[in-house]
Amino acid sequence: MQLIRPDININFVGARYKALALSTVLILIGVAAYIYRGGLPMGVDFAGGTLIQIQFKQPTTPDAIRSALKDLAGASSIQQIGAASDHEYLIRTELITSELQSLSGSIEERLDDTFGKDEASVRRVEMVGPKVGADLRQKALFAVYYALLLMAIYVSGRFEFKWVKSGIMAGVLVFGVYLLEIAGLDATILILAALVVTLVLCWFLELPYALGALLSLLHDVLIVVGAFALAGKEFTLEVLAAILTIVGFSINDTIIIFDRVRENLRKDKKQDIHALINTSVNQTLSRTILTSGTVFLVTVCLFVFGGTVIHDFAFAMLVGIITGTYSTVFVASLVVIAYYELKGRKKVARRAEA
Amino acid sequence: MKNIKWREVLVVVVLISGFVYLTPTLFPTLPPWWTKFLPKEKIHLGLDLQGGMHLVLEVEADKAVINTADRMVEDIKETLRKEKIPFNKIERAKSWDIQVSLPSPEGGTELNKLMEKFYPILRNAGGETNPEGYLISYTFQDKEVQRVRELAVDQALQTIRNRIDQFGVTEPDIRREREDRIQVQLPGIQDPQRAIDLVGKTALLEFKLVAEGVSPQDSKEGKLPPGVKIYPMKRANSAAGRTSDTQIALKDRTLMTGEYITTAEVRIDTQFNQPYVALEFDATGARTFERLTGENVNKQLAIVLDGTVYSAPNIREKIGGGRASITGSFTMEEARDLAIVLRAGALPAPVKILEQRTVGPGLGKDSIQKGLMASLIGAVLVVAFMLLYYKGSGLIANVALALNMVLLFAGLAAFGATLTLPGIAGIALTIGMAVDANVLIYERIREELRLGKTPRAAVEAGYEKATVTIIDSNLTTLIAAFVLFQFGTGPVKGFAVTLTIGLVANLFTAIIVTRSIFDYLLLQRRIKSLSI
Repeated sequence: MQLIRPDININFVGARYKALALSTVLILIGVAAYIYRGGLPMGVDFAGGTLIQIQFKQPTTPDAIRSALKDLAGASSIQQIGAASDHEYLIRTELITSELQSLSGSIEERLDDTFGKDEASVRRVEMVGPKVGADLRQKALFAVYYALLLMAIYVSGRFEFKWVKSGIMAGVLVFGVYLLEIAGLDATILILAALVVTLVLCWFLELPYALGALLSLLHDVLIVVGAFALAGKEFTLEVLAAILTIVGFSINDTIIIFDRVRENLRKDKKQDIHALINTSVNQTLSRTILTSGTVFLVTVCLFVFGGTVIHDFAFAMLVGIITGTYSTVFVASLVVIAYYELKGRKKVARRAEA
Repeated sequence: MKNIKWREVLVVVVLISGFVYLTPTLFPTLPPWWTKFLPKEKIHLGLDLQGGMHLVLEVEADKAVINTADRMVEDIKETLRKEKIPFNKIERAKSWDIQVSLPSPEGGTELNKLMEKFYPILRNAGGETNPEGYLISYTFQDKEVQRVRELAVDQALQTIRNRIDQFGVTEPDIRREREDRIQVQLPGIQDPQRAIDLVGKTALLEFKLVAEGVSPQDSKEGKLPPGVKIYPMKRANSAAGRTSDTQIALKDRTLMTGEYITTAEVRIDTQFNQPYVALEFDATGARTFERLTGENVNKQLAIVLDGTVYSAPNIREKIGGGRASITGSFTMEEARDLAIVLRAGALPAPVKILEQRTVGPGLGKDSIQKGLMASLIGAVLVVAFMLLYYKGSGLIANVALALNMVLLFAGLAAFGATLTLPGIAGIALTIGMAVDANVLIYERIREELRLGKTPRAAVEAGYEKATVTIIDSNLTTLIAAFVLFQFGTGPVKGFAVTLTIGLVANLFTAIIVTRSIFDYLLLQRRIKSLSI
């Protein structure tokens, strides 16, 4: 059986301006949603607060729960989750109790009083204090940044044999970020600045493959985060784990294409970069679609059957797999082309041979 | 041919050890000879799957330093009296500064000399003349502050461990996390509030005298004589079995604390059939208790636990033998927990809850069920797809996938890793990604076949060209997993671990195992065409 004909030759390179437009629009929609909502809704892991998952025996409504907990949980959001027949609700409040009387205990008592004993059972409680939340928030940003940076180093080392150059770049960046972090600079600004510096460095140090990989990863992260902003879903630790996995998965695809580029380059060193990359993308297209397909299949299963706790994780993975596959074909390699076009060289740098 | 031999030996060895490591998880009861010689570690389930509680506590270590300063103030007073150095007042000022107020500056040098001799851990922080005389401040050496804080966290850790041990939780995990944080993981806890009380209660037991002649009116208006403070009190009405909250005025000085307790156990009061906690002191404690009760006959002695008065009985006579009891309207459970915390000792400083995550056992079971179900359906779909798309070779890839799963679970057991819900998601993803390596190889083989190569040459070339790519691409996912592991907490770490083990197992099964099968088919069975 074959899904994609071996002699397929789609003009991906020719469609690059359309792709650029599409990516820009998608990212802008995400940014607009982000601004419209006044930022990303953060889960308790990052924002601090309390999350309580409760299962009722009888059907009830969020309003009934809210009125029962009026004076206890303060401003809280109550949301039904899972199948309607499960009568499961998530109560989310910004309150935390660092004292020893736990909020969940009082809430359970109150629900017992209102709905009858054993009618409501607390299935899960997550309380994160503001200190821990702030810690995790900062760690998350650093994790994403370091993951991107490590990928960039790997790619430029592996494909351009510039281990030393990219190593020095990474060393300087890590050290600089570390110093500024000690100086107490806000982590968000710091990481954003570090990203921009990294991209600029990739440009001037002539690391086009790293640049392509970085931009395509950044593209994926932005779109997944944008999707969360659009869907109004909460950003949690699990979602972050999904994003880092997507980063790993998307670069995996990218590397396979770059590998082909390198191989084809060895065969014919005078090839035009446009043709070279277009051939390579087409040659690996079957594999790209197949692998993304199987991972996608499994993720759909997780999304549909996996239960409430990993629902958001699966959602992030789904979005990420789609954009990861798209960015592999359209972003990473086309950035490499754009780099050479802008640098005014039609031939691939001799250093890429090997 | 030589090449094939070592590869086949390796495959057999790895697979056998995989099954050996997996056996304890699959079979709950193992014969004794097995447990004696072979691994018996089962796959460990995370709190989110088996249900339980995860707590992060912050030890307020500064309070321990303040307590030390308070005790030192009393100590210094005694020393100065003994050495006959006149002073107006000694008290603890902000945080842990100790201020000694002298009638005149003349005593200053003498005091300094004395302090240097007896209290080298304090340093002079300057003196000033004020209307009442001369005020000298002392403060702890920085090193000493550090030492006290360190000790407080260590002791808190030890105390919490003791309490949990006595309470009886299977496989608790209590560890220090950073400077002043303690992480407590209690699998299978049914009543979170009870566990929190048990772990977090300071359990500082104090004996203080009730201040006489303070009328309720006075205490309401705050007209209190010096050295007297108002404390909340739980007044137990044993007959009705209820407690009511009132207040009581106590002399601030603590006559004795719970540090001398050797045993604490639950007894039942025969009159009202109420549980109470009976205490026994060690020899020093017994002597102190005898002396203080002897000195205060016909006064009321308040028993204060964590700042709340539980009872204030009248001392009728000197009490020897080192016994005391705490009564109150306890339930049996409360009395049992109280006895545990008193036996295990007080926390050196109060703790605050920074993070609490509880998963009920029902949800944990649900999660396992749904997670495994989703993975299974995903696996079936992937397997079916591979069969459909690559036919015979797809079957080989599916065998590799099955072995990959065996190795993944065996790896989890062998490394003592914890399987969490995101970990199960990681397994599902591994299933999806595992066939990637075979897809890469097979697409290559198809390409080579199209170029007109013989099956054997095509397989050879396919593996050779695809292997580098496979390793390259897997390495990046490993980098992502590594970052996740560094950053992650609990469940997310579990995800990183399963992803990592799955990827490594995948490299082995997808490249080496399938290659062996192909070689066997092509060289030993001499098949002429590939089903791909």
